[in-house]
Amino acid sequence: MSFTEKANAVWAYANPKKFLTTTERVLPVFWILAGACLGVGLVWGFFFTPDDYRQGATVKIIYLHVPSALMAINAWLMMLVTSLVWLIRRHHVSALAARAAAPVGMVMTLIALITGAFWGQPMWGTWWAWDPRLTSFLILFLFYLGYIALWEAIEDPDSAADLTSVLCLVGSVFALLSRYAVNFWNQGLHQGASLSLDKKEHVADVFYQPLVICIAGFILLFIALVLYRTGTEIRARRIRALLARERVGA
Amino acid sequence: MTPDLGKYADTVLSAYGASLLLLLALVALSFWRGRKVRAEMAQVEARVKRNG
Repeated sequence: MSFTEKANAVWAYANPKKFLTTTERVLPVFWILAGACLGVGLVWGFFFTPDDYRQGATVKIIYLHVPSALMAINAWLMMLVTSLVWLIRRHHVSALAARAAAPVGMVMTLIALITGAFWGQPMWGTWWAWDPRLTSFLILFLFYLGYIALWEAIEDPDSAADLTSVLCLVGSVFALLSRYAVNFWNQGLHQGASLSLDKKEHVADVFYQPLVICIAGFILLFIALVLYRTGTEIRARRIRALLARERVGA
Repeated sequence: MTPDLGKYADTVLSAYGASLLLLLALVALSFWRGRKVRAEMAQVEARVKRNG
């Protein structure tokens, strides 16, 4: 099979039936792996890592804060890709995948904001500051709310998919700003990246391994949730189509 | 078993409690809606089949 043929095989999953049968098969694996990684990572991080010499026990918040912040941004980027696929190729499954991912991304953003506030209070002496990264995350959270509200507000699913896709393109600017805000504006309370190729910025090795396992757990949980919820959206769309057909026939 | 979190115990436990609660609620709501939609689809499909 040539590379082009292999690449084209991806589009088979744009068929709702094929998507549902494949995801039903792989979903248990994702649920189990996500649960295992989260269990191991969080137990390791919470119970078996030492306190930080400056931050004390608050460093344990890193195992929730960093993975959720990472997923908050990457969930939106996944929505951007699937929205572009919808706009260009008009595959319903991709628009429904973006819709399914939005509440997951919103919860991840909320977790990042809440854990950040809990962490910031003892370290910075305040729950909140209008720091570039914190502010861009708050705006990202509002974009998630707006995106979900727009899907709910428009009755015609194709129009809703079109408009939410455009909103997603605009919101991507803030998703990227959330990631690079610290680099763009060298001010504010928030530190730089916790995981970096630059060893000076990197978290200490003792915190690194459980953190990577927690990140893997959050990624796997995100994939499992999005696949499951996309299946639900596909079924909900079929119900609407069947009911519409019934009304026309009556 | 619980590590000594010292003066930050409330902060750390609150952050973990809130986060795990949100994650559990997200998973539970996803399953609840998934089951509801699946049951509704089976019902509608059966009705459509019956009525031709």
